[in-house]
Amino acid sequence: MGGHAAMSEAIPKDSTARALAVALTVAFICGLLVSVVAVQLRPIHKANIEAERIAQLELVLAALSDIGRAQSIENLDARVVVLASGAFDDNLDPATFDADKAAARPGTSVAIPADLDLAGLKRRALYAPVYLVRGTNQQIDLVILPVSGRGYQSTLRAWLVMDGDTQTVRALKFYQHGETPGVGARIDEPEWEAQWRDLRAFDDAGVLRIGVRLQAGGALSDDAEYQVDGISGATRTTQGVDGMLRFWLGEFGFAKFLQRLREEQL
Amino acid sequence: MQDNNWRILTRPLIDDNPLTLQILGICSALAVTTSLDTALLMSLVVVCVLAFGSGSVSLIRKHIPHSVRIIVQITIIASLVIVVDQVLQAYAFELSKRLSVFVGLIITNCIVLGRAESYAMHNNFVASTLDGIGNGLGYSLILIIVGAIREFFGKGSLLNVQILIPTSQGGSFEPLHLMLLPPSAFFIIGGIIWFIRRKRPQQVEKTEFTLRTREQESK
Repeated sequence: MGGHAAMSEAIPKDSTARALAVALTVAFICGLLVSVVAVQLRPIHKANIEAERIAQLELVLAALSDIGRAQSIENLDARVVVLASGAFDDNLDPATFDADKAAARPGTSVAIPADLDLAGLKRRALYAPVYLVRGTNQQIDLVILPVSGRGYQSTLRAWLVMDGDTQTVRALKFYQHGETPGVGARIDEPEWEAQWRDLRAFDDAGVLRIGVRLQAGGALSDDAEYQVDGISGATRTTQGVDGMLRFWLGEFGFAKFLQRLREEQL
Repeated sequence: MQDNNWRILTRPLIDDNPLTLQILGICSALAVTTSLDTALLMSLVVVCVLAFGSGSVSLIRKHIPHSVRIIVQITIIASLVIVVDQVLQAYAFELSKRLSVFVGLIITNCIVLGRAESYAMHNNFVASTLDGIGNGLGYSLILIIVGAIREFFGKGSLLNVQILIPTSQGGSFEPLHLMLLPPSAFFIIGGIIWFIRRKRPQQVEKTEFTLRTREQESK
């Protein structure tokens, strides 16, 4: 690279105090700039993520239109579930219920016991919003549950769609994650999503068996019909998906609610 | 040795192009050029970061102690990149998802730090800003050419407007899937470098080492 201007300016005096002062001043101004922009833009970011959440849900519903007849969000039966009992709480409005906010506040959330915290969430809200797709006779065709868990370098958030019998998974659609492009981020690619199209979650005894297969040859094991293939090179991400499903379908997640659906045919 | 401003702005386009002459910023050039729209957005972002980065480094160049200059430059560049990333996530959400980490990785783009360290530290605000914009445009020029070629031959479209109808939809165009893979960007950039150096032989580097023949070896 030729033609640079000569180093005409004298190099400033290199005292430690001066270096510190300049470094701190620059850091302060840059920090201020970044903070102001981040705070100012946060409402727009939230709106974008919310729109993405709904858009992904609509995509799932469109893909499952042969099972569930309701294809738009408005036709869904939206409810808020008390996770501890599995009952609906009709006092809470599903349209405005913010599960993330609830999970962050002590009054509306509960600490997850460490041995049950397969999803790495530490706390979860006492309530969860769910969507039910009802058929012509008001029977439940599909149950749509929001699930989340820690992946490799971000929190994974997805819609888990189950059959009305609450035994079979119909779809797992990620609407927010920050995994490595080309590796962990393949969890939202159609090829991987297709594996969740028809997958048993529980065995005949009602034991939760669903998961992600991580080693070669796993397809021959007893769990094969309950598992999908992991993604090569994305072990931590797929382990995160595995833990997330085991947590949310387990006793500290939606197990009580699913049991209630089965028994009472709400 | 004060170049006139027009030369500062235009020299990095062909004569001193950061990508084809200095071979910097190749990583992002491979990653974001699968289609023209991401290449254009990335170009815009890099021009902004380079212009404001070089400009601000130049403004405070007389106050930056020599011992901490790199970390100060990186702090300024990183802050600009975060700001741009936040703005993209707010106003170009779909495209920013496709650019994913590569906006953040502009921080480590050699062109940005290179111009700050080698030019902006020694030149006034106007010249440094123009140099930043010029280098950004030089990078953009190559990105746009590569992005256009890859999208056209890989998908038969430009800016997502279908121009050739692929055979899968009953047309006669067979998409070149290689074009959507990173190696194709290498080939295209290599081709551009060859073309420029053929037209401007002064850019051809001198051979640093020659292979010794057996006769020389035995002496």
